[in-house]
Amino acid sequence: MADKVNNKSVFFNPFSKNNPVIVQILGICSVLAVTAKLEPAIVMGLSVIAVLAFSNVIISLLRNTIPNSIRIIVQLVVVAGLVIIVSELLKAYAYAVSVQLSVFIGLIITNCILMGRLEAFAMANKPWPSFLDGIGNGIGYAIILVIVGFFRELLGSGTLFGFQIVPQAAYEAGYVNNGLMILPPMALIVVACIIWIHRSINKDLQED
Amino acid sequence: MNKQSNVYTVIYIIVLVVVVGTALAFTSMSLKDKQNANIMADQMRQILASVHIAPESDDVIAQFDKYITRQFTVNTKGEETSTDALDVNMAEQVKLPADERSLPVYVCTLGDGSTKYILPVYGAGLWGPIWGYVALDADGSTIYGAYFAHQGETPGLGAEIEKPAFCDQFIGKKMYKNDHFQPVTVVKKGQVPQGDEDYVDGVSGGTITSKGVAAMLDDCLTPYANFLNNIR
Repeated sequence: MADKVNNKSVFFNPFSKNNPVIVQILGICSVLAVTAKLEPAIVMGLSVIAVLAFSNVIISLLRNTIPNSIRIIVQLVVVAGLVIIVSELLKAYAYAVSVQLSVFIGLIITNCILMGRLEAFAMANKPWPSFLDGIGNGIGYAIILVIVGFFRELLGSGTLFGFQIVPQAAYEAGYVNNGLMILPPMALIVVACIIWIHRSINKDLQED
Repeated sequence: MNKQSNVYTVIYIIVLVVVVGTALAFTSMSLKDKQNANIMADQMRQILASVHIAPESDDVIAQFDKYITRQFTVNTKGEETSTDALDVNMAEQVKLPADERSLPVYVCTLGDGSTKYILPVYGAGLWGPIWGYVALDADGSTIYGAYFAHQGETPGLGAEIEKPAFCDQFIGKKMYKNDHFQPVTVVKKGQVPQGDEDYVDGVSGGTITSKGVAAMLDDCLTPYANFLNNIR
């Protein structure tokens, strides 16, 4: 990366060309786990955006003081602290969602996207570009979560945000919800379909 | 200053941990009340679920106060011991021998004037705790409704115990057979229990969770035998 970073590309690249989920294939675990319904997918996306942006800024501010030998530990402490704060806030203000997300909020700590961005970007860049990088990557992750959550909830439960979308008449005519959509493997297949479409549009990403 | 020296590293990490620790302690303290209120409201929602009442999330406490007309704890002799059932920690109670436990009872008066007795149960599934509430008719024997929940059973297998398909099987089952107290049990589909107690079918593919439900019902409901005998 050039010395002077272009803020615009830092922010927008992770949406598509450098998407953490479908190009770097990071954070797949939570994509499988929380996308059976749209609402927890959105809350998880927002939580990751918040944690990623703030941990990026904090690490970027500290970057010149962190002793090299313990830099991963410092990153972990900062991320773990932020994740616990987010988890506590959810328990206080969105209890039902926090029960649904259960351990996966805690597992944001181990989300590879976070450590990846902290090591690769925040340790070498100023706070403002780091903040944009965090928001950008968080949104890139959230977009995929929402797309996967949308298809899984619509096809698996016939609802969106818990509201019935597929009309009762369709069920009476013999339509059945696809129970497989609720199970984790379908999240992987939906992600694979997104990657397929994405790669066929962006030919430069195709490997030989 | 040498940033790679041991002294710097040690001081750095100590300061960092103290700062982060303080921030966490502050967050935890300031949100504690709100979180406890949420946990209490969630418990109330689950209790009401056993009598087929599903209030909106902001209406739980009002609905609970409306339908749950009395709550108290009893001992194994069926004597009332205290008036605060909601504060009983089931996870701790089930570790005690049966005759030392406080057994919570929620008395529910429904819109049609009928009285139901709601008894909490708590046990172990395959991956973690499972719990629930069993609502009995005023005869102390017929199950009016059951609600089960779990912390982390396998989705699609053990986790099915929280679905109506499983819970609703309990409706109408009797705790008393031939004047003899026997909690309802759970058996593998197609099988029958060795005794003459009422039973429901377990979840296919969720054998250990189903056995956990059966053990939980036996462990948590048997101590109520004297209490239920008194209300019959």
